[in-house]
Amino acid sequence: MESNEQTLPVQMTPHELASIITRQEELFVLDVRNESEFKDWKIEGQKLEVVNIPYFDLLDGVEPALERIPDGKRLLVVCAKEGSSRFIAEQIAEAGRSEVHYLEGGMKQWSEHLMPVKAGDLKRGGEIYQFNRIGKGCLSYMIVSEDEAVVVDPARMVQPYIDFAGERGIRIRYVLDTHLHADHISGGRELSDRTGASYLLPPQDADEVVFPYLPLAEGQDIRVGTVHIRPIHSPGHTIGSTTMLVDEQYLLTGDILFVASIGRPDLAGKAEDWVGDLRTTLYGLYSELPGELDVLPAHFGTVAEIGRTGAVSAKLGDLFQRNPGLKLVDEQAFRQAVTEHLPPQPNAYQEIRQTNMGKMKPDEETQREMETGPNRCAVHDR
Amino acid sequence: MNADKKVDAMGLACPMPIVKTKKAIDELAPGQILEVLTTDKGAQNDLAGWANSTGHKLLESKEENGIFTFWIQKK
Repeated sequence: MESNEQTLPVQMTPHELASIITRQEELFVLDVRNESEFKDWKIEGQKLEVVNIPYFDLLDGVEPALERIPDGKRLLVVCAKEGSSRFIAEQIAEAGRSEVHYLEGGMKQWSEHLMPVKAGDLKRGGEIYQFNRIGKGCLSYMIVSEDEAVVVDPARMVQPYIDFAGERGIRIRYVLDTHLHADHISGGRELSDRTGASYLLPPQDADEVVFPYLPLAEGQDIRVGTVHIRPIHSPGHTIGSTTMLVDEQYLLTGDILFVASIGRPDLAGKAEDWVGDLRTTLYGLYSELPGELDVLPAHFGTVAEIGRTGAVSAKLGDLFQRNPGLKLVDEQAFRQAVTEHLPPQPNAYQEIRQTNMGKMKPDEETQREMETGPNRCAVHDR
Repeated sequence: MNADKKVDAMGLACPMPIVKTKKAIDELAPGQILEVLTTDKGAQNDLAGWANSTGHKLLESKEENGIFTFWIQKK
């Protein structure tokens, strides 16, 4: 006889799952969504084994799943919203398996979970935190010094930034986007509305923006506490893409340079026009910056890019040694790599751009649906 | 479309629309038609996937005022 506790599955929160992935722990994931949803987008982790069996193929019993789940290994059942994963998890637990979990809120909540990780200290006092939206591969930042902060590329869900600042008695003074995003809805406006912070955008990307903003431009010196943040115009992913140099120490590269890839120039429909800009930014501007700078990008492509500290970052000099996007010395090879055989565009990317310009105002449920799936902002994403 | 049986799964969330659909179709004879009503958006893809993997035929579907209707013919 199994004891009573073993016959009940346990809910796992998105935070617990994020911790398992960043600590590189083992987990067996049974994804019970339908095949097309699974193929489009799934949970990934270096020590995760992920198997897809739709819940509707398990209505006659969970035996086909039991055959594939290794006994004695921690199991997480996931679905779109939670209901089906709980339904299946209960039956697996009833069949006598232990350590059976289901994911709270399903993939819907997973895609919205933000996890702050300290990315480093600032030499003149302060810290920089990376907020990892691990389910979608989006990275945003809070740069804190004394009791002030700047938030860079905030996600649509702004409460985690407000809570984080509130718990530490920090005032968010500036919110900025490094470019007009095409893969996710920016939380910039809402965060600035709710905190009273100034919202800055690169003006070259904001031609069609219908709300008031402050220009983010080269030559500015954005100061919070003792920290100096200098915007550097670095076009290529978009015409206005701007890199943020933080205290000559950190380089926030937005969607221009990632740890394992480079940004794609086609999401605003102008790949051909922007190839030259992208090349000049990477092989001109960036190559002349100190190799000691810590690159902090706005995305990662695979969880393998998450380092031991839980943060996604790399030295600029190292990236010139190993990032395939920085080794395309031949101009023609570069042009081909960034314009041909690109991965599919992010889900609903045109509507997302319109929303970020303020021209579309979809309700929350629609916004959530628009953001479904991976970010796909890099040339080498698949 | 004339159905031999009707399942009302309105207001129910995943997995219940499919669970009820499967139960109802088990009680039909081959060739008979089941009508399914649901308000769960996710059921659309899942019903198609379920029909595909079981061999039952999804004849038609429509959406009206947030209500999805499906007609499925038992294999």
